[in-house]
Amino acid sequence: MLGIPRKGDLDGWGGLRPAISVCGMTSEHPSHLAASLRRRDWLISAWPWRALAYLVSTVPIASVLTVGLLVIGAPLLPVLSTLRREGRPPSIALMLFLITGSVILVGLAPILSFVVAAVERWRVRLVDNRPLPSSPWPGLAARYRSAATWREVAYLFWLGGFVPVAYWVFLVLVLLDVGMVTSPWLAGDAEPVVIWRPIESTGEAVPYAIVGVLLLPVLCYGVGLLAAGQAAIARWALTSPVDAAALREVARSRTRLVGAYEAERRRIERDLHDGAQPRLTSLTLQLGLARLDVPEDSPAARPLAVAHDQARGLMVMLRQLVHGIRPQSLTDLGLAGAVRELADAAPVAVTVHADIDGELPEIVETTAYFVVSEALSNVARHAAATRAEVRLSRVGGDLVVEVSDDGRGGADPARGTGLTGLADRVAAADGRLLLSSPPGGPTLVRVELPCRR
Amino acid sequence: MSPLTRVVLAEDEVLLREGLVALLTRFDFTVCAAVGSAPELLEAARTHQPDLVLTDIRMPPLRRDDGLRAAVALRAERPGLPVVVLSQFVQTGYAAALLDSGDGQRVGYLLKDRVAEVTEFVDTLRRVTGGGTAIDPDVVRQLLHRPRDPLAALSAREREVLALLAEGRSNASIAARLHVTEAAVGKHVGNILLKLDLPPSDDTNRRVLAVLTYLRADPVG
Repeated sequence: MLGIPRKGDLDGWGGLRPAISVCGMTSEHPSHLAASLRRRDWLISAWPWRALAYLVSTVPIASVLTVGLLVIGAPLLPVLSTLRREGRPPSIALMLFLITGSVILVGLAPILSFVVAAVERWRVRLVDNRPLPSSPWPGLAARYRSAATWREVAYLFWLGGFVPVAYWVFLVLVLLDVGMVTSPWLAGDAEPVVIWRPIESTGEAVPYAIVGVLLLPVLCYGVGLLAAGQAAIARWALTSPVDAAALREVARSRTRLVGAYEAERRRIERDLHDGAQPRLTSLTLQLGLARLDVPEDSPAARPLAVAHDQARGLMVMLRQLVHGIRPQSLTDLGLAGAVRELADAAPVAVTVHADIDGELPEIVETTAYFVVSEALSNVARHAAATRAEVRLSRVGGDLVVEVSDDGRGGADPARGTGLTGLADRVAAADGRLLLSSPPGGPTLVRVELPCRR
Repeated sequence: MSPLTRVVLAEDEVLLREGLVALLTRFDFTVCAAVGSAPELLEAARTHQPDLVLTDIRMPPLRRDDGLRAAVALRAERPGLPVVVLSQFVQTGYAAALLDSGDGQRVGYLLKDRVAEVTEFVDTLRRVTGGGTAIDPDVVRQLLHRPRDPLAALSAREREVLALLAEGRSNASIAARLHVTEAAVGKHVGNILLKLDLPPSDDTNRRVLAVLTYLRADPVG
């Protein structure tokens, strides 16, 4: 599940103290280490300590990973050198060890990286107040397929391979500085202290010590930069992007929703048709009968006539309303029959070829109906056509609807000829709409609707 | 025609069924049976051998076109049985199915809304019982709006006359409606039949049928 961050979490500082004013608060309470580095009082804030804690806590994790990588990768060195010298691999056993190790590594990395990524997401909070949404275990097969997994694996290699090198370099610099600072005390011993060149007396060591002390804050900033860089990379690698599986699930859920919506429309149509419409007809009929018995000059005659007229108007209105909810011809005649009715009502001559056997999902039926309805009314309005053709067929698991005409073409979805709305409807049913309409015609609208439930 | 026309009525909504019974009784029809489903309609019509069957199209058991199917089946058994079906909405296919049944005469296809025009509705029932054919004006309008080349040859007035003809009206009734003489209507009808390449005939219903059959036929094939 994608976590929904609270507003405070997003801003980073909202959770720490009530937000009074947004202005000026961000630099005072930076949300993460990199942002905090700009503060003047950085050195006396908590941030250097947080950065240090992050770096120190990296060491055990990175060490374990490095040892693992070395054990598996160590045979690579002799293999490569023998290859270069003699042009052949050294020994079958070594090669076998190398290959087996690599296979196991790649095979297990997605599982191992899941654990490491979880720890790392939690650890990043040492230097970053913005939460990193964690991802649940997606199942073994899905774990190997998702792109997010392989980003985490790459992070694993980076953490075990590159980070230790950077730490070593930094550690050497730290030791050098420690040596410089302590050189006045050490210089008096028997062994000379070597910084750039041997230092033999305390007096000689003093300038080194001064430079060493001055460099201490620089090292502190170095800690900050190193931790900030590492955290940024961790954040980038461990943020799970909205992956394809999630998108597919969203699409499926939308289709389910549209399906439920469709069933609901059908229920409303049925209730109106079987309940409200005949009752209203009956009411109007009774009013009509009453009118017959009321003499023209009676004071009741006029109001009765008005009531009768209003009831008749309401009947027409209700009929149109029900038709808009779900065409009754579709319920009664099925798709092919309903499309033939549409063709009959069209102002141009329409030929219908229907080759569809078996049940169609309701959503597919309704969508196809409205596609034909909209396409035919486009033909009548814009195409200046004399004839049109509707083809309904099953191709594999899809229902294919084709509406063509001999008109002037040039249909353009951008000009709002109802095509965009049609495409939206088709997309909601998980289908697609294809349009060919060169200037001068002919125009062909093809819609493919998947029929699997 | 006996002084009292015997009717079998089928409508699944109780209130409307009762309203129709009241209406029919008031206008000197005898309702032998008022039922609420297609199988009951078949049974009642076979038992009572009525002068007229009046039925809703969408009815139990399937709630699709069960009423129409029953009507068509009854007319297959008794080709001259007058049948009027009521439809909640215009569907030219239904009108066509009805006209194709039996001898193609004594059928009516009406929108349910027409029930509210009490006297006109009763007139239509009587016309069908008396051997006429009645197609709802909305159906006719829809048919006439289709540009068929032969119809393009008709003048606006002739189209008007054709529409009224399709409703099953006599020349006299059309003349009264259009405020012209009956002779003028006769001339229009002659012209229509000529332009549509239909042989002249005295039988109004045959003309209506011929016209509707022609309109119904897909010009493409």
